[in-house]
Amino acid sequence: MNWWQRLLRREEMEEKLQKEMRFHLEEHAKELIAGGVSPAEAQRRARMALGGPEKVKEECRDARGTRWLEDLWQDLRCALRMLRQRPGFAAVAILTLALGIGATTLMFTLVNGVLLRPLPYPEPDKLVAVHGHSDGWKTELFGEQNVAYPDFLDCQRDSRTLALAGSLFDGGTLSGAGLPEYVDLREITWNLFSVLGVHLADGRAFRPEEDHRGAAPVMILGYSFWQRHFAGRPEVVGASLNLDDKLYTVVGIAPSGFRLRDSEPDVMTPLGQDTAPFLEKRGAHPIGVVARLEPGATLAAAQAELHLIGRHLAEQYKDTNADRIFVARRLRPNVGDIGATLWLLLGAVGLVLLIACTNVASLLLARAISRERELAMRVALGAGRGRLVRQCLTESAVLGLSGGVLGVALAAFGFRPFVALWPGALPRVEEVQLDWRVLLFALIVSLLSGFLFGLAPALRAPVHKLEQVLRGGGRGVTGSSRRLHGSFVVSELALAVVLLVSAGLLGRTLLHLSSLDPGMNVRNVLVTRMALSPATLADPARTRVAWKDALERARRVPGVQSVATVDTFPMREGDNEQGYWTSADVPPTNKLPFALMTCVSPDYLKVMGISLRRGRFFDDRDVPNSAPVIVIDEVLALNSFGAEDPVGKRLWIPEMGYASNVFEIVGVVGHVRHWGLASDDQAKIRAQIYYPFSQLPDSLMHRWSQLMSIAVRTELAPLGEVASLRSELKGAAGDQVLYEVRTMEQLVSDSLSRQRFLLFLFGIFAALAVLLSCIGIYGVLAYLTGQRVPEIGIRIALGARPNNVMWLVLRQSIGLLVVGVALGTAAALAAGRVLLRFVEGMQPTDLSTFLVTIPVLVLAALFASFLPARRASRVDPVIALRQD
Amino acid sequence: MQKPEVSALNPKSDLPQGTLDLLLLKVVALGPVHGYAIAQRLEQVSRHVVQVPQGSLYPALHRLENRGLLSADWKETETGREAKFYRLTAKGRAQLETEAASWERLTEAIGLILKLSQEGAE
Repeated sequence: MNWWQRLLRREEMEEKLQKEMRFHLEEHAKELIAGGVSPAEAQRRARMALGGPEKVKEECRDARGTRWLEDLWQDLRCALRMLRQRPGFAAVAILTLALGIGATTLMFTLVNGVLLRPLPYPEPDKLVAVHGHSDGWKTELFGEQNVAYPDFLDCQRDSRTLALAGSLFDGGTLSGAGLPEYVDLREITWNLFSVLGVHLADGRAFRPEEDHRGAAPVMILGYSFWQRHFAGRPEVVGASLNLDDKLYTVVGIAPSGFRLRDSEPDVMTPLGQDTAPFLEKRGAHPIGVVARLEPGATLAAAQAELHLIGRHLAEQYKDTNADRIFVARRLRPNVGDIGATLWLLLGAVGLVLLIACTNVASLLLARAISRERELAMRVALGAGRGRLVRQCLTESAVLGLSGGVLGVALAAFGFRPFVALWPGALPRVEEVQLDWRVLLFALIVSLLSGFLFGLAPALRAPVHKLEQVLRGGGRGVTGSSRRLHGSFVVSELALAVVLLVSAGLLGRTLLHLSSLDPGMNVRNVLVTRMALSPATLADPARTRVAWKDALERARRVPGVQSVATVDTFPMREGDNEQGYWTSADVPPTNKLPFALMTCVSPDYLKVMGISLRRGRFFDDRDVPNSAPVIVIDEVLALNSFGAEDPVGKRLWIPEMGYASNVFEIVGVVGHVRHWGLASDDQAKIRAQIYYPFSQLPDSLMHRWSQLMSIAVRTELAPLGEVASLRSELKGAAGDQVLYEVRTMEQLVSDSLSRQRFLLFLFGIFAALAVLLSCIGIYGVLAYLTGQRVPEIGIRIALGARPNNVMWLVLRQSIGLLVVGVALGTAAALAAGRVLLRFVEGMQPTDLSTFLVTIPVLVLAALFASFLPARRASRVDPVIALRQD
Repeated sequence: MQKPEVSALNPKSDLPQGTLDLLLLKVVALGPVHGYAIAQRLEQVSRHVVQVPQGSLYPALHRLENRGLLSADWKETETGREAKFYRLTAKGRAQLETEAASWERLTEAIGLILKLSQEGAE
């Protein structure tokens, strides 16, 4: 018989085994009777000779080899029967586990999708990112260095190990049908799609001959943009679109979800057609480079080759490439600092799962103790300890797996709404899905938790002093089981303290951060980026006039108090850094202190409500021909000048690109929390320098004009002014666009969104933890008290009053509480340190947080223990003593 | 032919496990036979020297069956009762041959050693 036949035809096998034994006994007895023994004696002797028939049968079953499988099957059926017998217990246990496992699986789904899954390209391990590297470059401040276009072309031509492709960030105004719209434009090399291994959704990629100056203008649309603007109509491929006053033919549509340098472009054009002068320089490094290893090439070989090409270029172009090399690294998804948050949350839900397991363990243990007599009976009948342990574990595994299945379902349904709650954009969110890794994780977690909560009851299976157990009637609770129960309650309480205190700390942090002064008046300020009419951008003089005109028009809109132009505004909406020095002997760039540079028009101070500390802010005196001036913030003033008055002093800013790089300080203003309320204190660069837009040299006018925003202070709710601003600013040709319209209040609030989100989740986890541990403490006390009913009955019969009895029970829970809270406090101190490391602006652990949060748990736990205590005090001694 | 009850009660076999398997294979090799007859035959042939506890007989038979060395089917005995008859499979026969050969080699070697030590003692 096969193993499965043995499983399915178990009864038949048992019958045959029984028959074989009976045949043996009868033959033996017959023979003895033939020898003259009395029939009764013959049967007795035959049985003695064979040994206990059940024992022999058991050994025969063992000999089959598939015994474990049969046992498993039997145990499974037995476990299901047990759970069916007590549906209430099963439901509570499975739901508790489902919550724990579901939450853990959900978090792991995100961790897996965002952090662990490889990039969504074919053969992702062959993809590399290529960066420039030179001694003066501060990677920790500026990020990885990109590559100059001529350097890129040289690498592309000379490399035998890599197929290189490049892309450049740009922007443009798409006009024509419908409103003019500012689009996220990327210029790409013709081979970008083939290097990544991506197929277009429609149409074709660029051809090599299109990636050159003077070739016919062509463009590829991003999938979302195509859907949004053209409702996914296929006839768009082949049509002509007007981008910055030039007609482009649409040749293809990028696939859905295609991302380039962390965001989905709206429009792509061939890089080689761009005639911008900075693309011809080896000193500017704008090109982001990805590459695919050629078949057979290794990363090491590619690195060696790039190094060689770099050295070669350094010899050839000494003034720009002297210390520059190129490095290749495996291409990894850039997910920013989201990893810390995800791991933090996974850790927190792990704690919730642990509490859930402990809870189920104490429930199971209580049941195991009431089943003690049954188990003892089975041991007496010949069951081995291993067999009993296995059965107990099978039961808990069934519970764990049922909880797991339900949990995965919870995670599958809950994950979309959860992602919608996530503050800001979760990187790679479109790649997040339940895959085999998540299912494997859920399976392991389920089995592991089943093992965890099943182990204690299983190991309690009685093996010795059977006789005592059998006689004891399952009434006595031994000291060891009381201790075990106690330790469950203690660990639940401790874990709950950790989560509660963490939530409390996050709450305190959020309160503290919200109360911080951003350094400006954020009420009633509207900020919006603005794309000037493409026609005016070609000529710097016309650009200046256009900006001036725009500001004047905006100021005339009713309800507008003041207007300013600004390139980067606070709450980390863009940043531009420059190294500065206070004397003419400027050291090399990598030795310089850095400051945030903000290019503004005179009314900026008024619009943002930033306070002027000394000197003046910009005004009409600051014109292109006058000496270049700057205004610094109090942080820079303190850092560089200490107690001295900086007004009238000068700063040397070597890489400003002005004719003269010496700037006179005309004023000092208050510090603005540029990096957001939470992160400004820890930011690497805090010092701020403002410089007037009016003095910007012509050479920078075009680039800056693409980056400028306008900030508007309004009398009433700022969003109400958007429509009138739009119509007033659309320009003569109707092709000036406002985009990314937001209020400062919104931005300030968004800068705390991660802290708020963490507080929200930790709050939920803490509430769950308190609830679960209260259920746990209630269950354990109710059980222990129930076991003591006869004893309490005697006490009452002997004259104990209800108060004494209540105290008897409460004393027990207070003892557990004290130990649990003490352990939890120690663990919470450690958790506080973890939070301090991972959460920006986190406040250190303090006594007040403990004083506020821990009483919540203590009161809840006392309430939970009060119920069993009161029940105990109402025990009727007559009934109690008659029990059993 | 009545055997002493005392020895039947002795739960421990004096035989190492492999030996019991070898004996069972040999007895079954003589022709299809049921469990009780195997017990009897072992006793008779070994002239009561080898005492196989009946309790360990059946687990051993089932183990051999499970390993494919024996096969079994239900047939009627001469007295018309249904019993489980064990037969040797081809695999069992091969196993019997190798085990018998190695047993002979072993006993021969042990015999030699014993003789040697006797001579040495003399």
